Amino acid sequence: MGQEDKRITDVGVPNYEDYLPPIIKDNYGKWLYHEVIKPGVLLHVAESGDKLYSVRVGSPRLLSTDTIRDFANLAEKYCGGFLRFTTRNNIEFLLTDENNIDLLTKEINEMGFPVGGIDNTIGNVIHTQGWLHCHTSASDASGVVKAIMDELYDYFVNPLLPAKIRMAFACCINMCGSVATSDIALVAVHRKLPEINDEKLRNLCEIPTVVASCPVHAIRVVKRDDKTSVEIDKKLCFYCGNCYTVCPAMPLSDKNYDGLAIFVGGKISNTRTKPTFAKLAVPFLHNNPPRWPEVVDAVKTIVKAYKNGAQKGERVGEWIDRIGWPRFFEITGFEFTKYHIDDFRLSEATLNYSNHSTL
Amino acid sequence: MGKHKTPQLDELKKGKWPSFVREIERAASKSERTVDLLGQLEKSYEDGITLWKHGGMVGVRGYGSGVVGRFSDVPEEFPGVQEYHTARVLSVPGFFYTSDTLRKLADICDKYAGGIFNFHGSTGDIQILGFTQAEAEDLFQSLAKIGFDLGGSGSALRSPSACVGQARCEWACYDTMHACREITNYFLDEVHRPPFYYKFKIKFSGCPIDCTSSGARSDLSVIGVWKDNIKIDQEKIAEYANTFDIIKYVVNKCPSKCISFKEGKFTINDKFCVKCMHCIATMPRALKPGDVKGAQLRLGAKAPVVDGPRLGFLLLPFYDINKDKEDGYSYFTDLVQRIWDFWDEHGKNRERIGELVQRFGIGNFMEEIGIEPHPAVVSYPRTNPYIKFDNQIDKEE
Repeated sequence: MGQEDKRITDVGVPNYEDYLPPIIKDNYGKWLYHEVIKPGVLLHVAESGDKLYSVRVGSPRLLSTDTIRDFANLAEKYCGGFLRFTTRNNIEFLLTDENNIDLLTKEINEMGFPVGGIDNTIGNVIHTQGWLHCHTSASDASGVVKAIMDELYDYFVNPLLPAKIRMAFACCINMCGSVATSDIALVAVHRKLPEINDEKLRNLCEIPTVVASCPVHAIRVVKRDDKTSVEIDKKLCFYCGNCYTVCPAMPLSDKNYDGLAIFVGGKISNTRTKPTFAKLAVPFLHNNPPRWPEVVDAVKTIVKAYKNGAQKGERVGEWIDRIGWPRFFEITGFEFTKYHIDDFRLSEATLNYSNHSTL
Repeated sequence: MGKHKTPQLDELKKGKWPSFVREIERAASKSERTVDLLGQLEKSYEDGITLWKHGGMVGVRGYGSGVVGRFSDVPEEFPGVQEYHTARVLSVPGFFYTSDTLRKLADICDKYAGGIFNFHGSTGDIQILGFTQAEAEDLFQSLAKIGFDLGGSGSALRSPSACVGQARCEWACYDTMHACREITNYFLDEVHRPPFYYKFKIKFSGCPIDCTSSGARSDLSVIGVWKDNIKIDQEKIAEYANTFDIIKYVVNKCPSKCISFKEGKFTINDKFCVKCMHCIATMPRALKPGDVKGAQLRLGAKAPVVDGPRLGFLLLPFYDINKDKEDGYSYFTDLVQRIWDFWDEHGKNRERIGELVQRFGIGNFMEEIGIEPHPAVVSYPRTNPYIKFDNQIDKEE
């Protein structure tokens, strides 16, 4: 390595044909139907009559090299050396022999991983990096998700719900991943004004960029000690951290002010109703590591209310649309506050311009 | 291990759900620097804040993208994570792998990094965690030798991703994995060498169920659809009728009320069908998308930064991506180039395309990139009379 003429760049996207199991190559574009044959196992039937069994495995996404090697061994033992991941970070083993499903499931369970996440379950939870590996995080991601899924494990392995629940966690409002359209979306938030470090600001940041970064124009240029800096209008700032993203001299993390908000009723699929963002249920809960009991309780409250109240096939948002938001807050016991009434862009469209109301 | 006491993280080794702490520990048993990752994370749990420093440029020569720098804020205490960077690696479309390749990736991750991955990052890259700037070049070249390249970061085309598509789904209306690979490779320069005001994302879903969540997070969302009649197998319908109430769970749930089920006959008035997928997904043996298949393009989805979250709006209700595949996706790449040229001409720093077109006017934007106005782009037409007629502009000119 290091020799200039041998340096390889721009190889691009790998050719997936090198990674497809024979049954998939043979039936590419020629699948007939699919259905769930047992919790965590999909059957795909091809026009040729070929049958493919996909065993879906829950994952914390963060995986050690040795766990990857263990999965590689299982893929060789049961699937001709092929496996895939899903868009929600599950691992999927692709079997052609139905008899191997239980043997494989047993080995996966012995490794400490669950099979499930299909059909009317809480699917694998999408999440971000959190304190583990992100500089803007207002919470840990893996820890909160672990705490929630330890309590709701049965909902991953068995289809106990009226319809699926897609849950996701973002460790700041940057929202890496598709958090905002989840049935239950947890979003970590800061609540403290950025602390301006004048010295750092002058050395590290472009002041016009900092001023322009604010979505509510709360940042102005000022002179302090005869030198240029910025000030923040505390009446306008809502702690989004955009200024911090462009300028490291304005940190806003704080143990007592950071925490989580919970949104509900989002949906990405077009089935029945249009895709929609999740709406605010709980404006703020403090970080309480390592198990975030208040967050876990709030999520369990939502899941329980949904399970008891929704009709078969209704997603969380469809259920709330039917019963109305006043009933949702009544059933869950969450307090409806002024924070629930939108005051950002498009907020006008969220008001109830009618007399329709459950009383 | 045992170098740092981690009582809070130890608590998260308990319980039924697979523990990320166990994964880090497993990596740390081979990687000294990852021992310090555990130590720093425990300190974050105590202090209630992140301990990663803001900023720091890291990368490989010739690329402005693909490596995300992570420097510890407390390197004296945890020297192993003074530098603990992330490589974003373009994944295989559909996320298919062989055991052989996974082992090679694991060997590279052990040799040059902290022995830990994200499979996958939110955007769909394989993420290798925990290397230093000094190791970046060797890591990169080792990946390149086994056919893997870095993905997008910063103001670049972020690594596009695809649902499993025709590889394993009968609902896929186009070849998502093929489109993803060809189009990414066509725009590879924009992935590696950030040319934009801010990020640009493209995602490929094979049907309106949208398993890649493209409609909520990609600036350009490509979603498969059909425009002829849903195919019906009446015999299979009869079998379903024996197992559940088709009127209650299919007919009454149809958003456009275009289905009837009378005297055992299931009919759809396809003229009014909005392709929501509910009936097909409920009775997969009996119903299938039609034969005239293509894709819809939605534009402008994004997360909250800067001006609030947006879903993608329906820019183009039908486009024959299957024919375009035969032409090397030239219609698609030309259209993307027109969108980027427009962004280049009118955008601002850190302004996503969805924010720009709202500021500029969707109608004006469509005119500039050469897409005819159509009623499916709106939920309903304008309700106010504040119309800026073109002729007024013409007169002044």
